[in-house]
Amino acid sequence: MKYYDKLVFELSQEGRTGFSLPVNKFPSAPEVPAGLRRESALNLPQVSEPDVVRHYTNLSQMNFGVDTGFYPLGSCTMKYNPKINEEMAALPGFNCLHPLMKDELVPGVKKVYEEMNKALAAITGMHTFTFAPCAGAHGELTGLMIMRQYHLNRGDLARTKVIVPDSAHGTNPASAAVAGLEVVEVKSLENGRIDVEALKPLLGPDIAGIMMTNPNTLGLFETQIEEIASLVHGVGGLLYYDGANMNPLMGVVRPGDMGFDIMHLNLHKTFSTPHGGGGPGSGPVGVAKHLESCIPAIKVSGFHGNFGVILRAYAYILSLGKDHLQKVGQYAVLGANYIKECLKDKYKLPIEGVCKHEFVFDGLINDGAHDDVPGATTLDVAKRLLDYGFHAPTIYFPLLFHQALMIEPTETESKETLDAFIEVMRKIADEAAQDPNILHEAPHNTPISRPDETTAARNPILKYQEN
Amino acid sequence: MSKIIEGLKYSESHEWVKVEGDVAVIGVSDYAQAEMGDITYVDMPEVDDEVAAGEEFGALESVKASSELYSPVSGTVCAVNEELEDAPEKVNEDAYGSWIIKVKMSNPAELDALLDAAGYKAVIGE
Amino acid sequence: MPCWTPPVTKLSSESKMARLPYLPQTEADVKAMLARIGVNKLEDLYSDVPAQFLHKGAYALPEALSEQEIRDYFASLEAMNARLKVFVGQGAYDHYTPSVIPYLCSRSEFLTAYTPYQCEISQGTLRYIFEYQSMMCELTGLDVSNASMYDGPTAAAEAMKMAIACARKKTRVLLSATLLPSVVDVVKTYARFHGVEIGMVPADGGQTSLQALKAELAKDDVAGVIVPSVNRFGIVEDHSGFADAIHGEKGILIEYCDPSALAVVKTPAEWGADVAVGDGQPLGLPLCYGGPYVGFMTVKKEHMRKMPGRIVGQTVDKQGRRVFVLTLQAREQHIKREKATSNICSNESLMALWVTVYLSLMGPEGMKQVNKISADGAHYLKAELLKTGKFEDVFPDKPFLKEFVLKYKGTGSLQEKLEKAGYFAAYPSEEGYVSFCVTEKRSKEDIDRLVAAVKEG
Repeated sequence: MKYYDKLVFELSQEGRTGFSLPVNKFPSAPEVPAGLRRESALNLPQVSEPDVVRHYTNLSQMNFGVDTGFYPLGSCTMKYNPKINEEMAALPGFNCLHPLMKDELVPGVKKVYEEMNKALAAITGMHTFTFAPCAGAHGELTGLMIMRQYHLNRGDLARTKVIVPDSAHGTNPASAAVAGLEVVEVKSLENGRIDVEALKPLLGPDIAGIMMTNPNTLGLFETQIEEIASLVHGVGGLLYYDGANMNPLMGVVRPGDMGFDIMHLNLHKTFSTPHGGGGPGSGPVGVAKHLESCIPAIKVSGFHGNFGVILRAYAYILSLGKDHLQKVGQYAVLGANYIKECLKDKYKLPIEGVCKHEFVFDGLINDGAHDDVPGATTLDVAKRLLDYGFHAPTIYFPLLFHQALMIEPTETESKETLDAFIEVMRKIADEAAQDPNILHEAPHNTPISRPDETTAARNPILKYQEN
Repeated sequence: MSKIIEGLKYSESHEWVKVEGDVAVIGVSDYAQAEMGDITYVDMPEVDDEVAAGEEFGALESVKASSELYSPVSGTVCAVNEELEDAPEKVNEDAYGSWIIKVKMSNPAELDALLDAAGYKAVIGE
Repeated sequence: MPCWTPPVTKLSSESKMARLPYLPQTEADVKAMLARIGVNKLEDLYSDVPAQFLHKGAYALPEALSEQEIRDYFASLEAMNARLKVFVGQGAYDHYTPSVIPYLCSRSEFLTAYTPYQCEISQGTLRYIFEYQSMMCELTGLDVSNASMYDGPTAAAEAMKMAIACARKKTRVLLSATLLPSVVDVVKTYARFHGVEIGMVPADGGQTSLQALKAELAKDDVAGVIVPSVNRFGIVEDHSGFADAIHGEKGILIEYCDPSALAVVKTPAEWGADVAVGDGQPLGLPLCYGGPYVGFMTVKKEHMRKMPGRIVGQTVDKQGRRVFVLTLQAREQHIKREKATSNICSNESLMALWVTVYLSLMGPEGMKQVNKISADGAHYLKAELLKTGKFEDVFPDKPFLKEFVLKYKGTGSLQEKLEKAGYFAAYPSEEGYVSFCVTEKRSKEDIDRLVAAVKEG
């Protein structure tokens, strides 16, 4: 990767263009009245097509993707994105369809939605899915709206609270607040699981439900799920499943069978669609049969969700079929446990035992702190990994540990890749023990060094300004 | 070891209060600013807003954290330190010199429930 | 539960299952890894799962397809859909996509990256988002843009929540009756659950009524108002006096815009708006049956801290080089959790890149020409349709660009008649009007043939 310092605005030359439009053969229409016209100049860049191509190619070369290298970003399931999926989603017979075209005009589209629905129902044990949500957090919000709608439909207006574990993804409490629910936090036990005894007194007629991630954000299976489900259902609440961590359960365990009433899936995690630098995703929401009638009243996106993403995910599901589904879950879990076992003598493993698709270390065992030199932190380890050509794990999440380092390898990485990562992680731990300053100063080999984030936040520069 | 000033009142949530007649001048302790690290923004209420003892009136933000500010007393906001809007770093530089809001107290008896310097010192374990 | 089989000939249904090419593990690898972990078999890795939850038997899924079989099956699905020439807008516009865009957006460094959390190896994503933010500020005239949102309607819903957050104590947000139905539906859904009351401002002569707006504002509970810049009838709205009336009651003005049209019509900033939202789809995104699209939001600087979504900012690295980072993150859900301004976590980054490349190619001149060709084509279509004698002009004095409505005087569904002739056109509105839209992709010959089909119908 090399540093490239241009912004497209800086390539601009008056009079240069990069577009090709047909000759206007129409009679000239009257202009919009003067009072409704744009008055200010439109300072978009004026660049040629080759300028544009070279500029964005140069930008791309400062980026790291799954296709570049290992991306063990916990909770994000950075698996390989199959290329056939991209081609299928770009087919003109799908791309040219206007979203307001009636169902009878687009039977091929309807079939995709119907078959996806069946496939996701089979994989998760839910009854039916809505595909309107465009991302995981959007799915959470939609699912919680469905939860509230269910209680409202029964005339039960008292259920204003939702229980969220302290280890939950930040989107959980935020989605609850947007859906108009009050968040009640339930603590985790030393072993990383929900404290069932602490849960019991929180339950009552004001509880709309509980949001859970299983395996949770520590990568641990919530072993008491049966009791939790029975307790929550016992007071009339519903169970929401955050599907961000569905990958290890693929082909092995179905959320519907564990008692969950509502869930979302992240098609951009579990179902291999590319993350695209932060989207587009797709967050379909599945519900149990008794909640199906709550779906139509909830309109959360303009048309039919991110159809292009759904097409990619469907191509992936067809490539898996019933034959390979289980291997996805099993190999994801295999890789995570392998890395954990190979590194736990160098990094603090707060909770022993088998993990699922990911696990969390709480920093280095020997951070190298001595005299006036502070020890190497999780941030330092993450930055040093960049020097060795790996993406960093998720850091400082979950909030249960101060130096959380959350590693998720996914099933599409070979043993050689995992071994190379393990070797580098061990090397970094040794470097820290000898001289933590090497880590404090990292990264050394990336296009840029650590940025001044404080100045960025204190004096925000959020758009291009000509000098 | 963080600085604690004698003669001020403190809350367990790390705000300090300097009493000027019926007005409480409120800021955050040196310990709090050090815990936050580089403060990038101070979210403040508007003048004439009502605040209640123990309730949130604003927040300190750093690059990776946000920490709520709780009013030690009840009353009406009569001034906010506008200087902090453009220079939040002043809280880092001088936590006791950088007041955040001034509150005209509706119940000055609430001051009795606050800590003195020694009591606050015990709270932060120094 | 019944299983279904895609209607393709299985090449190898009886033969031994082929390996999935995305899984690199050999049997030896698996064995070695299990040994290192200290278990005997893969199933042992699930020893913490209560036995009754381990799925027994096969999943109700089809057999795995090879790449060739997937290709054949998708070709069959694709072929089932009607291929109609699109003359409808209503929130999704059939503008041309230059080849350069899909080419650049499919570069795997962009496509397969996650959110730019590690900025040292994400400068590509961060830079194009910064460019995107700059361009959206330029189009709308406002100060600060976020890194994009899901789509136009959800961006409007976020703006509705933002109005409530900015206003304090005010509980109601007004929507113009001339907004697209998709926008109204989504905003109302969010509002219902978020505890926000929605009021509707009726139209007068095809545009948001200032008089009715003022009457609603007088009730003293309005936190914000959402009005369309170009409305669902295609009319370019006149918002003179709107900002003053709304600001006078301490509310905020939110303009819902077609960003393509902002190259030629008065900008949200010029109307005095506080917030602009809309869908970036008209900036070269394919129709793709409704998504992925990209919502945008720009705001005045004073509302920056209340704006939802990611924001990229410029700073320097240790060597003093210009670099870009995610900034103002203390607003966001991963820090504020239930107190965040929104639950939104991701953006529509790749679609923001799509828009950025589009606007780079088009430049100011291209944007003017796209609007001119589309508007000229639309005016030509409208004149030709009126000549048939089968329509009544509903808003003859109102200015429009690429979209307009008429009243059809004939019997039966004009939309269905035109579908049979190969056109998606004459989309009905709730008032019983039919809506048409023309983009630069529709030639004069296309329009003449559509008009001929109308005459025959």
